[in-house]
Amino acid sequence: MTTSTRKKTVTLLSAITDALSIMLKEDERVLLLGEDIGKNGGVFRATEGLQAAFGEDRVIDTPLSEAGFVGAAIGMAANGLVPVIEIQFLGFIYPAYEQLMTHAVRLRSRTMGHYSAPIVIRAPYGAGVRAPEIHCDSTEAIFTHMPGMKVVCPSNPYDAKGLMIAAIEDPDPVLFLEPMRSYRAVKEDVPEEKYTVEIGKGALLEQGEDVTIITWGAMVPVVRSTVKQLAEDGVTCDVIDLRTLSPIDEDIIAFSVQKTGRTVIVQEAHPSSSVANDILSIINETSFLYQKAPVEKVSGFDTPVPYFSFEDFYLPTPERVREAVLKVMSF
Amino acid sequence: MTTIRFAEGGTTMENQFPIQQLLSPQGVWISDHHKELLTKERTLDFFKHMLRIRTFDRKAISLQRQGRIGTYAPFEGQEASQVGSALALSKADWLFPTYRDHGATMTFGHSLRNILLFWNGRNEGNIPPEGMNIFPPGIPIATQIPHAAGAAFAEKRKGTNNAAIAYFGDGATSEGDFHEGLNFASIFKAPVVFFNQNNQFAISVPISKQMNTKTIAQKGLAYDIPSVRIDGNDVFAVYQYVSEALRRARSGEGPTLIEAVTWRYGAHTTADDPTKYRDQNNSLKVREEIDPLLRVERCMKINDWHDENWVRQMTEEVVQEVDQAVGEMEQFPQPDPSVIFDYVYKEPTLPLVKQKQQLLNLIGGKEHDNLD
Ligand SMILES: Cc1ncc(C[n+]2csc(CCOP(=O)(O)OP(=O)(O)O)c2C)c(N)n1
Ligand SMILES: [Mg+2]
Repeated sequence: MTTSTRKKTVTLLSAITDALSIMLKEDERVLLLGEDIGKNGGVFRATEGLQAAFGEDRVIDTPLSEAGFVGAAIGMAANGLVPVIEIQFLGFIYPAYEQLMTHAVRLRSRTMGHYSAPIVIRAPYGAGVRAPEIHCDSTEAIFTHMPGMKVVCPSNPYDAKGLMIAAIEDPDPVLFLEPMRSYRAVKEDVPEEKYTVEIGKGALLEQGEDVTIITWGAMVPVVRSTVKQLAEDGVTCDVIDLRTLSPIDEDIIAFSVQKTGRTVIVQEAHPSSSVANDILSIINETSFLYQKAPVEKVSGFDTPVPYFSFEDFYLPTPERVREAVLKVMSF
Repeated sequence: MTTIRFAEGGTTMENQFPIQQLLSPQGVWISDHHKELLTKERTLDFFKHMLRIRTFDRKAISLQRQGRIGTYAPFEGQEASQVGSALALSKADWLFPTYRDHGATMTFGHSLRNILLFWNGRNEGNIPPEGMNIFPPGIPIATQIPHAAGAAFAEKRKGTNNAAIAYFGDGATSEGDFHEGLNFASIFKAPVVFFNQNNQFAISVPISKQMNTKTIAQKGLAYDIPSVRIDGNDVFAVYQYVSEALRRARSGEGPTLIEAVTWRYGAHTTADDPTKYRDQNNSLKVREEIDPLLRVERCMKINDWHDENWVRQMTEEVVQEVDQAVGEMEQFPQPDPSVIFDYVYKEPTLPLVKQKQQLLNLIGGKEHDNLD
């Protein structure tokens, strides 16, 4: 982080726009691809004004064909361009699954480094905004399971900008998950200029003594409001915002859970085969003997994310997080 | 020495697929061809159905504005495409809609209450009326196209006379599923109608950026699927061409691709602002020229079938029907939220049984004895 910086007030959404703009300006090879990202500025307006500023050959409205433009981006990246793709909602990335799983993430391995596919795929994810069906998935684990893929998920404007720039500069494919529920939730001062947040590093958002809560993305505000309440009851927590889901920052986890010996993991995703399970295995490998209580997991459920009339029952709530914290405290 | 030559599409394709029309925008029958279609009874029926779905559509937009339903996808402007195609179907056929095709599903016989429940975030809305086959709206673009090919394949395998129809937009033709569905149907001569509503926009992306071809119909040629381009705002043309495609399907001649050229007047959905990407005044201006209801009304007047009283009575009837459906939707009982676990598998798995109990404990509901 630089010292003498001018600041600007941004939301998570406009922090992303800012990062894209900086990189478009700085690096000729960078180009944006996606549905409705041009004139319309994207359905969430993440690319608002960028086509007007950088032209139709840098900010490109693609045809409605995720497999097609993700595949094309792999070819572009292998041939020297730096494509940054917007998938309109994470739930619509699945046609591109094959291109990601069979090509983007293993081009480097298959050619022993001769070719690679440094693409960034941005995707709004998550429930809680009363969006229609299939617009609410948080299936990050499908992508953390891909060897060769990095998966990033910021929870606040500062990290969003820094991680986006880091993702664009990263030599490997990065899935950049954007918590749509947090797009406009808070404003924050961030440096006006270019800076990066290192991929693969978590952040300790709150410090406490009793319990470690590990979370990311749209669950961060849920956890923080719970922690505030718990403090009034005399329970203090470390809150780790993972920020990167692949590779996971093992050090920050081990450091905290060895201190507290009690851990709660909070995620929006389905619990089976999830990132929370990966965290559990890291705790097991690094800190098993420090644990005073079994680790608690607060997740969505193993159901499809329900239609919006029931999404509030699917999503982890402060109440559920609190219950889990009290449970690990009871040992 | 021979010159090397490549076959080209280009404008020859546009010439090969002129837009077929039966009723002119002025309400005049274009030629004597198929004149038998133009009866008073059928004309009034088309009019009433289009009025009905337009009434529903406008009501739904206002319900969304009042927060009584969620995000809604309007179809105003596309009534002729949806009514003409749905009325051509037989009750036992399969209908595969998108999120914008409930004008077609309600004309086919779907319950208005259920359609509203869908837009209110309820799975009950996806259940078709007893004995009918209507798939839940395809939300991921183009995914329903291969489903229609498969359902049609199964009807053929069972030896029935039934067909399937897949609805999809211009944007959908860019997805692999469109091409894979057509190829599959073509190889197996599946009795399916691929019904494209080319409203010339995919959210903000105009068709000129969506594809380099001038028509969608020509894409059928690559799969040797007989194809046609029609005026999607001419309910007679839509009805006639879909009927013929269904006849082909039922008599073992395989799939057909129909490109119905139309226009959505309004926003993509209630979450969209069309003024960001197109001149909405133009939408208003062309209305006089292209509106599917005005066209039929003009035809009724020219043929002396127009009766103010009848129109008023029909308007009252459909308003009442829609209002009643809104009441039914709003009074529809809200099930226990734990219903989200009940249809994931036929038999619930142990993790789901446990998770359901967790939720029940949380919300103070109760179903099973403690499982932990
Ligand atoms: C696979 C997929 N990608 C993106 C979207 C987001 N989206 C919803 S509707 C739409 C445009 C569809 O255009 P078109 O096929 O022409 O149908 P129309 O909405 O005009 O009826 C897009 C991009 C989606 N639903 N599914
Ligand atoms: Mg369209």
